[in-house]
Amino acid sequence: MSALFRGGWLRLYAALYLVFLYLPILLLPIFAFNSSTVIAFPLSSFTTEWFAQLVEVEALHAAVLTSVRIALITAAVSTLLGICAARAAARYRFPGKGGIMGLIMLPLVLPEIIVAVSLLVVFLQLGLQLSSLTVILGHVLICTPFSIAILNSAFQSLDVSLEEAAIDLGENSWGVFRLIVLPLVMPGIISSLLIAFTISMDEFIIAFFLSGSDATLPVYLWGQLRFPQRLPVVMALGTILVSLSILLLILAEWARRRGVRKRGGAETGGFL
Amino acid sequence: MTDLRTSGARRGLALISAPLLYAVLLLAAPMAAILAFSFWTQDYLTIDKSFTLTNYREAFTDPIYRELMIRSLKIAGLVTLVTVLLAFPVAYFISFHVPAGRKSLWIFLVTIPFWTSYLIRVFLWKVILGYNGVLNSGLIGLGLIDEPLTVILYNFNAVVITLAHAFAPFAILPIFVSLERIDRSLLEAAQDLGETRLSAFFRVTLPLAMPGVVAASLIVFIPTIGDYVTPRLVGGPGGLMIANMIQTQFLKLNNAPMGATLAVVAMVIVTIIALIFVALNRRYLRGRS
Amino acid sequence: MALISLQGINKYYGDYHALRDINLEIAEGEFFSLLGPSGCGKTTLLRSIAGFEMPENGVLAIDGQDMAGVGPNRRPTNMVFQSYAIFPHLTVAQNVGFGLRKSPMPRADKTRAVEEALEMVGLGGYGPRAAHALSGGQRQRVALARALILKPKVLLLDEPLSALDKKLREQMQTELRRLQRQVGITFILVTHDQEEALIMSDRIAVMFEGAIAQVDTPEGLYLRPNSRKVGEFIGMMNLLPGALRQDGAHLLADIPGLGAVALPRDFLPDGAAPGPMTFGLRPESMSVLFTSSELPTGKFVDGVVEDRAYYGDMTYYEIALQGRQAPVTCSMKNMISRPVLSRGDAIRLAWEPGALIPFAET
Repeated sequence: MSALFRGGWLRLYAALYLVFLYLPILLLPIFAFNSSTVIAFPLSSFTTEWFAQLVEVEALHAAVLTSVRIALITAAVSTLLGICAARAAARYRFPGKGGIMGLIMLPLVLPEIIVAVSLLVVFLQLGLQLSSLTVILGHVLICTPFSIAILNSAFQSLDVSLEEAAIDLGENSWGVFRLIVLPLVMPGIISSLLIAFTISMDEFIIAFFLSGSDATLPVYLWGQLRFPQRLPVVMALGTILVSLSILLLILAEWARRRGVRKRGGAETGGFL
Repeated sequence: MTDLRTSGARRGLALISAPLLYAVLLLAAPMAAILAFSFWTQDYLTIDKSFTLTNYREAFTDPIYRELMIRSLKIAGLVTLVTVLLAFPVAYFISFHVPAGRKSLWIFLVTIPFWTSYLIRVFLWKVILGYNGVLNSGLIGLGLIDEPLTVILYNFNAVVITLAHAFAPFAILPIFVSLERIDRSLLEAAQDLGETRLSAFFRVTLPLAMPGVVAASLIVFIPTIGDYVTPRLVGGPGGLMIANMIQTQFLKLNNAPMGATLAVVAMVIVTIIALIFVALNRRYLRGRS
Repeated sequence: MALISLQGINKYYGDYHALRDINLEIAEGEFFSLLGPSGCGKTTLLRSIAGFEMPENGVLAIDGQDMAGVGPNRRPTNMVFQSYAIFPHLTVAQNVGFGLRKSPMPRADKTRAVEEALEMVGLGGYGPRAAHALSGGQRQRVALARALILKPKVLLLDEPLSALDKKLREQMQTELRRLQRQVGITFILVTHDQEEALIMSDRIAVMFEGAIAQVDTPEGLYLRPNSRKVGEFIGMMNLLPGALRQDGAHLLADIPGLGAVALPRDFLPDGAAPGPMTFGLRPESMSVLFTSSELPTGKFVDGVVEDRAYYGDMTYYEIALQGRQAPVTCSMKNMISRPVLSRGDAIRLAWEPGALIPFAET
């Protein structure tokens, strides 16, 4: 009985905690569809005007295109680098492994401002024009550790004897990779692509320092925050962005679970 | 004959070379550059590349820098404390009271907000805590207060609340993982040996969950100390942190060497604190075993 | 000529000497087992034959061909892995047909070959099923079909039965044996279970610490272990310290507890000298006399039952003897007419001197 009681209080606390986590996000759609220009209670009437306004802003379209382009390339490159690193970490022993992996994973615990200013200094010294390219270089740096973390579990759960069995049955290394390794880690790859895409789309600091005149969506958004009359439009844009992120995350999680099922493994953990 | 082990090492190195090269060129080299810059000085438009400790002297003596550094440490420390304390019961609940099949759903629910735009989440707190914001207008509408509260925006508290919210999922994950690793029969053994549920929690569960708590603390502390967006949006002049000054030095004052120095000082302090924390935990664990 | 011949094979992992000067010949159609405790190098030896490990020196030939530099994918061997290594993302049929991908066989023939292989292992009609949904025993059958479909010269089995429960394991032991006779392919089995090795094999190599201790038939190993270690590893054995002495034309064994006994002249292996020695005696080489009417067939001594373990078909007795500290273990087949003795019962123990196995070490 006491266990039930304890679980009961904890359950209530956990539920409140979830409310605390989600409350701010839930405000987004409420005020995105509210006709008042002031973000405050009581609510006025329902409107889709703020979404309609989004369609008209040229600068926003350019920012969206820039962000999507950056995020796509970042996702592809960081996943590719992630595959190499995760495969090496899971399968091989080599000298300096701990140090090398530590350096590659370092951005995970480094304040982004440090990454941003250090890259800025180097790019300016090299005379590199700040553009989408410099943002991509920065984003790949911070997304690769996440890709590795996701792919690591995929590669680690890959039984070495599966690869040996394929070799034993006559395949060469390329055949083993194509027929066995790739299909089995594919859910991890999809998951990594989606997560890296999401991180790059949402990332602000590095883009703020390195984007030059190619403003990304968060950089554009940052500019809008200064104008109080633009806030409802920002709420509308935020609603779309957050919905999109959540959609991508559900896809990523779905891919990961499918991978677990496909390998016939038991359900464990989640991201990271 | 070929030695498979050295050829394995060769393959591993070949595979790791691309990500390693990337990290060396775009992480190690830039960090080295920042370190070099911190010993140089800005001379109007050019950089004086003669070695000097002037910047460091200034960083430690100028009251503005010191104030910002101390405030950043205070905020990060407070945020870490609040986040970990609030997160532990949730992690405990998910690990010990949620049926196995539902755990990943809970973890997924907890992590989702973390992956949504940080900028928007922080901005939302500005909207919530503002003078005419959601909280004040809501409370006035409910008749609970007559005047808008002013203690909640553009100050130290606002920064702490916002950051604690932003980093909540970060803290839950590592604690959850360490709780999951605890063999449940250990708790049964403790109770069998006469411990109550509560004393078993303090004598078995908590010590075994300590690595997760330490990881959670570090994973919250390190990024918060370098946070830029939150102080700018909700901090006001009394809530600015060291990252804002670094940005100002680089982009507004055009004094990259001073910015670099502040960045290096911040990193060194963070590293020292992290190492002390890890060492304390090691000693604590060794004392237990 | 031997199908597989290993000469002077050595394998090191850093300083660790994993295989020590292995010399071995395995004939065509033989069911051969590598038996030993975990870490004895038996799996390393099997993987060297498969080509997953490259020995530092020595010659490994299969069917007269030197295998140096030949990868696992080009050797006439196929393997059943300990974990079975069933590809979880493929169907049963795709798993079994995996090795046929590059074969020039027409598609229809491949389909037929897969179906035949599945029928051979008793999984006819399972082709379209998802591999990850199979039970342990079914996985093992799929792994067998997948390896045998390529008609290898040698089938390598790495502890294939260790993951199965006791009943299923015993069933698979007979089935594997039947399958081996049916296909006539050389099987090399790695196992740590001496009973399994005895039941299934034509010949067995016992390995300790990277070296082969003895190669013989199951009966040969059981009856004539060449060292105390092999004797102890295979079956149960009483080790009785004693001495051997020459008494004129006779060879006499003095064994405390059992007394002195004359032995045949050829008892000692060539080159061995009389002196202190350990004698091995299997539990079934001794028998408890239940009634005074039973006549002893060999030597006998008086003893007391110190403990017993009842196995259903057999009972194992610990018998305390005069002049010996530790009791000896003796096994008796249970019969309706025979009572099971209890602790403290005084009995008479008969034993056959011819069953003594001499070990030079003390």
